[in-house]
Amino acid sequence: MNLEPIFQNLVYGLFVGGLYGMAAVGLSLVFGVLKVLNVSHGELLMLGGYVSFTLFDAYGVDPFLSIAIAAPLLFLVGLGLHGGLFRWVMRLHEEAKIKNSLLIGFGLALVLENLALRVWTADERAITTGYSGEGVTLAGIVFPYTRMSGLVVAFMAVMLLHLFLTRTYAGRAIRATSEDWEAASLMGINVQRTYVVAFAIGTALAGVAGTLVSLGYTIAPSIGLAWTLKALVVVVLAGLGSIFGAFAAGILLGEAEATSIYVFGASYREVVGLVLFIIVLLLRPQGLFGRRVR
Amino acid sequence: MRTAPPWPARAAERFTGPAVLLILIAGALVVPQLTDRRDTITLLFLVFLYIALAQSWNLLAGYAGQINLGHAAFFGVGALVTRDLWTKEDVPFAAAFLAGGGAAVLFALAVGIPTFRLRGIYFAIGTLAMAEALRITVSNLRPQVTALPAQALATYDLEPRYYLALGLAVCTVLVAFILPRTRLSLGILAVREDEEAAEASGVNALAHKLAALVLSSFFAGLAGGTFAFYHVSYYPDRPFFPIWTFDAVLATFIGGVGTLAGPIVGATFFIVVRDRLAVEVQEVHQAIFGLLFILVVLMLPGGLVEAWSRARRLLRRTR
Repeated sequence: MNLEPIFQNLVYGLFVGGLYGMAAVGLSLVFGVLKVLNVSHGELLMLGGYVSFTLFDAYGVDPFLSIAIAAPLLFLVGLGLHGGLFRWVMRLHEEAKIKNSLLIGFGLALVLENLALRVWTADERAITTGYSGEGVTLAGIVFPYTRMSGLVVAFMAVMLLHLFLTRTYAGRAIRATSEDWEAASLMGINVQRTYVVAFAIGTALAGVAGTLVSLGYTIAPSIGLAWTLKALVVVVLAGLGSIFGAFAAGILLGEAEATSIYVFGASYREVVGLVLFIIVLLLRPQGLFGRRVR
Repeated sequence: MRTAPPWPARAAERFTGPAVLLILIAGALVVPQLTDRRDTITLLFLVFLYIALAQSWNLLAGYAGQINLGHAAFFGVGALVTRDLWTKEDVPFAAAFLAGGGAAVLFALAVGIPTFRLRGIYFAIGTLAMAEALRITVSNLRPQVTALPAQALATYDLEPRYYLALGLAVCTVLVAFILPRTRLSLGILAVREDEEAAEASGVNALAHKLAALVLSSFFAGLAGGTFAFYHVSYYPDRPFFPIWTFDAVLATFIGGVGTLAGPIVGATFFIVVRDRLAVEVQEVHQAIFGLLFILVVLMLPGGLVEAWSRARRLLRRTR
């Protein structure tokens, strides 16, 4: 039996999974800290992808370099969105907060998708660099450069986030706030500012993920919901508050989808991921890597 | 806490709502006799369809407190079953229509029993995932467009579609009107307010949530059947699109979730404003609609219905 295609598929699953993880990390951070569910996360990812695409298309900026522009730009977008929209739901009690943030997210998704449709049209876009399609072959298995670098970038972004959250004052403030905002506030942490920073970082991470999506996958105004759903699935699979857990769950989902292609065919790839998600949700509501709260 | 107004005002208030509704229904009944304009009839058809869809979502979300983001699945199942029985198996439409509603209920029970173990936001995400899994499956299994048979096409008339949607909207609103006046609703409302406390006082939470789900999915399925009756041709996965859930959610929240009038006001506002915006500003109408919606959520957390009653209380105080 020829095992090469199976391994090739698993390798691709790893790359796709890294991207899922990257898309989920930002959402996980925002959900964990602000306790709001931003369903326009996928649209923010789409925006990041278009920033990189435009930079590449108009100025020939390498997509990996454009991350240095897309991430800060999306950080600013995040500041604006929090100040203009999500700040207003923060003083509500838990249930109303989640509900209203969900609704604002719906409205925002509608706005962003429509604006993207006007600015970049409905055409599917992707970045094709000079080195796209090239790669190294090891034992008959191809490792394309763009996807490998994508995985490395995603892992580096998660590492940086981890270092930020554990080694800096602002990062520790974020973690303290996510555990108990009242206690954090009593310890002298400026909780409102922490919310702003966490939301903006989450948006910037969506931007990085968007750049990686534009490389080797496609960017279109309508991709938002699919990526939001992917990120949600990964966040819930991982359990809340676990940054590396989200990344690992992303890879797990990528591999599960890749494997399922052999059993059910490529068109059911997404369904398998979603069903897996529902099963995990029912059997282990705290997620694969989360701690039980109560 | 809102204090009760003195008796005469209260009695008047009690009957103005139903009276206004009856006048509106009577008006809607004669519209096709008064006008031949297809755009007006179509717009009203959409208003009725959205009232039914939004109100059916409200039955579960507003009364039982379960934010279901998989509502499109019930709408889709109803549309799929009705369309197939009607156009492929030559079942009379009325039977196919009811079968569509029944199929939506069966499907809802099958997925409801496991997903109701989830609480709050996890229920919302779980139902969204369920509906998306079903949508992708349907688009894989049924990639071909479904079109009305030539004979049905030759006799296609807008009027029966209009009256079907009107009748469905009236029935859905009627159920939403009667439900809070039944014993069953006491349990359902108790579950919405506090599931643990309800269980502790002997309310079977799962049974009450399922009861609300049955009503909600039945009318969503019938709304799907109305969609299948109305459209000449469409891809079978279209009624499964998440946009049907989101539109129902938007309409309900614009009007006021958990109220009888909310979905009616919200759906009407939603369809009419969207239609006007599409004419006036064309390309960016979705963006403007999105902004408008965000404003409603931020400024009027209880929706238009609450804004109205607040304005009225303000008037009463100044008088």
